[in-house]
Amino acid sequence: MKLKINEAATEVPDDLSIAELLAHQKVKMPDMVSVQVNGAIVDRSAFSATPVRENDSVDFLYFMGGGGKK
Amino acid sequence: MSLTEQQIERYSRHIILPEVGGRGQGKLLASRVLLVGAGGLGSPALLYLAAAGVGTIGLVDGDVVDLTNLQRQIAHTTADVGRDKVESAAEKCRAINPDVKVRMYPEHLRADNALDILKDYDFVLDGTDSFAAKFLVADACHFAGKPYSHAGILRFEGQTMTVIPGQTGCYRCLFREPPPPNAVPSCSQAGVLGVLAGIMGAIQAAEAAKYVLGLGELLTNRLLVFDALKMTFRNIGFSRNPACPLCGNSPSIVTLRDEAPPACARTREPKP
Repeated sequence: MKLKINEAATEVPDDLSIAELLAHQKVKMPDMVSVQVNGAIVDRSAFSATPVRENDSVDFLYFMGGGGKK
Repeated sequence: MSLTEQQIERYSRHIILPEVGGRGQGKLLASRVLLVGAGGLGSPALLYLAAAGVGTIGLVDGDVVDLTNLQRQIAHTTADVGRDKVESAAEKCRAINPDVKVRMYPEHLRADNALDILKDYDFVLDGTDSFAAKFLVADACHFAGKPYSHAGILRFEGQTMTVIPGQTGCYRCLFREPPPPNAVPSCSQAGVLGVLAGIMGAIQAAEAAKYVLGLGELLTNRLLVFDALKMTFRNIGFSRNPACPLCGNSPSIVTLRDEAPPACARTREPKP
């Protein structure tokens, strides 16, 4: 199915949960990502239970802490 | 507030803007902006806000200038290594503009000092360098009802948002709680392109100035993500999250508290 991930049209397998989508997209540190689907933030505890659907607009929002400490 | 001849000359490029004018410059001179962190993000912000004539600039930072800071923290010079960052930064503000009153807080923002420090300011700029500190700034601004600009940087990317507590989505709407310590990349791996801090800090200063002047559209309900490698800016719209633990419908955070620092946060050696 077709998704928009961070605004880029992306082809992914059908029937994916958010957790599976993160794995499929090879997100290295899923704990460092907040996920928004069609403009609504999805609770991290619901990543496995929340499906993504054809034409969904998905944003991966990364934690950025820094100042680049030594 | 009436401007002196010298002020009219100094701020002429502001005053000539119809949207600012003498009245707007007066607002800047009467404004009070707090910078939490006088480092990579704070440096360009404090320099520009001092130049702009922000009347009171508060600087909160418990660190001393380190040689590794100088790659990006442009308010500090080689001669400042070993000095308190707030002292070094305050000196630069005063050198740029004697109109500016600088208040120094040579300490880290903590749950037990934050609200007392914040109460005297109109706008807060988060230039901190850890998740614990960023969540603390977001929480403290929420409880104090102070608008703030958040920013974070990592490697070649930065992101920033402006929050008006009670009106717009907040940092915790997007990032519910600090990531688990084992998820945080080790600090030695992280690194950051120096100028990236400058770009993001300058955007934060622009938001502070816009807020004071009441101009334009603030960066609210949007996360602006900058990618220096692709040289792209992306606006990600979001709205208040009803499940937000801070500003949602049934918040679980009802008092200010310190978040545990992430695994890679270093304990600073006491100053000699």
